Amino acid sequence: MRRGRHDELHSLKAVHAAHGKQGRKSMIRKVLAAAALSAIMTASAQAACGFQNTVPVKSLTSAFEAWKAVTAAMAECGNIQSELDQNFRAKQPAAFAANPSLYQIGGVANGTLTPLVNAGTIRPLDDLVAKYGQNLSPNQLIKVNGKIIAVAMMVNTQHLVYRDDILKELGIPVPVTYADVLAAAEKIKASGKVQYPLGGTFKAGWDLAQDFNNMFVGFGGTFVKPDNMPGVNSEAGEKALDMMKKLSAYMDPEFLVSESTFVQKQFQQGKIAMANLWASRLGALDDAKESQFVGKFGVAAAPRAIEGGLPSSTLWWDGIVIAKNISDTEAEAAFRVAIEGIDEEMVKANNAAAIWLVKGYTPGKMAQGALDTAKGGAPNYASTTSMGLLHAAIGEKIADFMAGRRDAKATLAEIEASYLVKAKEQGLVK
Amino acid sequence: MKGKTFMMFVAPSLLMMLLFIAIPLGLVLNQSFHETKAVVERVTTENCTPGFIAPTCTTETRTIPKLGADGKPVTVTDFVGFDVYRRVLDLDAVARALSPGGGGIADILQIDYWKALRFTLSFTFITLPLVVGLGLLIALAVNAIPRMLRGPAIFVTLLPFIVTPVIGALAIRWLFLGDGILTRAIEWVLQQDISMFAQGWTIEIMMLIYKVWHVAPFAFVVFYAALQTVDQDTLESAIVDGASRFDRLRYVVIPHLAPLIVFVSLIHLMDSYRVFDEIIGFASQAHVISLQYLTFSFLTPDETGNRAVARAAASSMLTMIGIVILLIPLLVRTWRMHRESRR
Repeated sequence: MRRGRHDELHSLKAVHAAHGKQGRKSMIRKVLAAAALSAIMTASAQAACGFQNTVPVKSLTSAFEAWKAVTAAMAECGNIQSELDQNFRAKQPAAFAANPSLYQIGGVANGTLTPLVNAGTIRPLDDLVAKYGQNLSPNQLIKVNGKIIAVAMMVNTQHLVYRDDILKELGIPVPVTYADVLAAAEKIKASGKVQYPLGGTFKAGWDLAQDFNNMFVGFGGTFVKPDNMPGVNSEAGEKALDMMKKLSAYMDPEFLVSESTFVQKQFQQGKIAMANLWASRLGALDDAKESQFVGKFGVAAAPRAIEGGLPSSTLWWDGIVIAKNISDTEAEAAFRVAIEGIDEEMVKANNAAAIWLVKGYTPGKMAQGALDTAKGGAPNYASTTSMGLLHAAIGEKIADFMAGRRDAKATLAEIEASYLVKAKEQGLVK
Repeated sequence: MKGKTFMMFVAPSLLMMLLFIAIPLGLVLNQSFHETKAVVERVTTENCTPGFIAPTCTTETRTIPKLGADGKPVTVTDFVGFDVYRRVLDLDAVARALSPGGGGIADILQIDYWKALRFTLSFTFITLPLVVGLGLLIALAVNAIPRMLRGPAIFVTLLPFIVTPVIGALAIRWLFLGDGILTRAIEWVLQQDISMFAQGWTIEIMMLIYKVWHVAPFAFVVFYAALQTVDQDTLESAIVDGASRFDRLRYVVIPHLAPLIVFVSLIHLMDSYRVFDEIIGFASQAHVISLQYLTFSFLTPDETGNRAVARAAASSMLTMIGIVILLIPLLVRTWRMHRESRR
């Protein structure tokens, strides 16, 4: 019961607002601010902002640890209203398409950048970066069509997280391949140390599709051919589905509702021993306020699907974009505030919250999983329309396979058919 | 009433219906025959993403939407006839399933639209007799208790109807999700591990129970009000004639309630054919979806920010046609009763 309710609340939007001395303060905002800031301020140091912001700026971002830290740091500049929403993905395209845009600052990742670029609702940042971005490293600059359109602050990837104490106790070496994972899961199951040996971000839809993407990469698949035709209905696709089915046998049978927060809670409450989980969730696992097993987690590269192959994962970045449909003054203020939010001071105060791309970051023990995944050669998740459509198509159809309503071959054919319908509607294929 | 007076009374309402029902409906119908596409172009450009230590820059050819002079994507709208309907109904896959060697009905029920239709219809028709029956039962029960207790009894019985549908569904979901208390309770009784959300049919049963729990009070209140107007003389003479309790119900009370049973059925059919809140509340998308949810999912922007507006329009039209077909028998009955009463 607690688990379910917590997830719901988590997906409701968390709003926090902070104001400068001259900021308007309505009663509701004050209450919201008091409630949310109390949680957020503890995570961030009380660093002063480099300038006093006088232009009202609003931001819409995701709601995981790193964004809490960044928006809290932005709030120090004054006149900032930050909205942290797990469902930002559905809201952002429409909000940025409005004129004037409902938000000046947006938090995006590889996937969520695509709709904004396609709709042309974010502005090139080359001039602002030249003016205010002295402290940014070239590695942070996201370029599309040769123009800087986003500034990245962190990388994220799904990799192996495990309960170090359980593996040590049972004498299981850290799994390198998915065959190892299955063998380890069998042993853990036999030991009865946890309720379910494995967890997984298998929620029907986007999450489950992303897990398929990871596994598909591991088996050496090609998502979309150069002529925009889909490539998932292949041997790699079938093997990926087969492996996911095998893994799911060791998970909570309700895995089709299990998203990142669900898996995080399973770890925190000691219900699972291993999962391929987002690096951005590690901070919460070692947070004594939430987790019952602080310091007992280990990380490693995402397991390989085939011996000597690539880690089964994709690399993501998170960063900020600035809306196009706002005045240049607003854009300038928004950019300065955003840069202030992802500065060295913030990173030093929240070192463990993410794998930062910002100067001053020192990778800790828990960053090793992501670093090894990247070093192993896991590819970047492509910010392309075709990938976005394919991801959506996989998300629609794959639950049928996991629930046993369709076999692998039929599911993959359905995914390609659904992709082609969408791709034709968008003119990608004839 | 004279024709002119009648017209003056209904004119405002007709105008409203034209403005808020007929015109939007016409627009949606029009949309379902047109398809809007973005104009795309193939461009070779440099794209950079963060790597470890140094950025990864690649020069590649991508298909991207063309932006017009105003910075907005250029689109073209074509008339496509019934193409969109064909796609929503997935007639090709239906033909394949029905051809020799196809999977038959089982295959058809895996196509989104038919899957949604199957659930919507079974949800509607299973809950209908339960809602009417339970509503009637509660009404008779409340009518039989001492007058003093009736007020509080009516109040308590009405409570489920007051709860906002999504909230009610969420509350019930939490009772069963994972190790929810009620799941624990069932596990304790049956002495085995139970996962209510791991398969479609358990979720469907929960949704049915939830719907009946939620709507039965509405049926109850309507029937209870009608019970107050049952002709006492007829009832008493039935007793004198030696009619049993059941006979009185069968030959006096039910005929008296008949128009209201039709009314409640009508409302319930319309209401449950639009089943949507339950899908969201129980997060059942992975297992069962409804027609309204299908329309909703077409309208939700996908990973590229695109909405399948044409398909959503087509599926709305199909939903509307479905409701009309369902209501025809009941409307015909009401109309006939109306004519008889005027004679």
